[in-house]
Amino acid sequence: MEIVQVIGLGLIAAVLVIFLREYRPEMAMQVSLVAGVIIMLLVIRHVAGAVQAITETAVGAGVNLVYLQTLLRVIGIAYLAEFGSQVCRDAGEGSIASRIELAAKVIILVMAVPVVVEVMESIMALIP
Amino acid sequence: MDGFNIDLLFKIAGIGIFISVLNIVLKQAEKQEQAQMLTLVGVVIVLLMVLQLINDLFNSIKTIFNLF
Repeated sequence: MEIVQVIGLGLIAAVLVIFLREYRPEMAMQVSLVAGVIIMLLVIRHVAGAVQAITETAVGAGVNLVYLQTLLRVIGIAYLAEFGSQVCRDAGEGSIASRIELAAKVIILVMAVPVVVEVMESIMALIP
Repeated sequence: MDGFNIDLLFKIAGIGIFISVLNIVLKQAEKQEQAQMLTLVGVVIVLLMVLQLINDLFNSIKTIFNLF
């Protein structure tokens, strides 16, 4: 019943944030940040199991592990960027949030380049 | 581990309330600069605590998704 823990934590954090926002807006922001981090930490353990299972399946199916690793890295970067941009947006810094998202997109693009190149090469090999 | 984490949430909220009370007292005593410094110190202390937690999160995501 992890969801009960998450909901309880979220409600407590929301009450604290509303109370603090009136007097100390910067502390309210930190409390909401910590609540987000704790919820992520609670949930991320289960993701580890899922990733393990997916990796084992891919190894069994004989998929090249480089592709799977690229995919997992992209997912990790997307999670982190989403987290960071949401924190910035909560703090009222929408422009920094969009810069973080832009940076994540660029980094994901750079990471995907080898896979794209490989696809292009196989297409070239098919064309006589 | 979970208990410790939730402790941190309450700790930060407590520091926030404590600092706002002290701030009111200092403002009543006409010590605006010291109230400002107190706010700054509180934010820095809380930021140090938050940074450790964020470091934990980043490290676990790094190990799970093989980010380097």
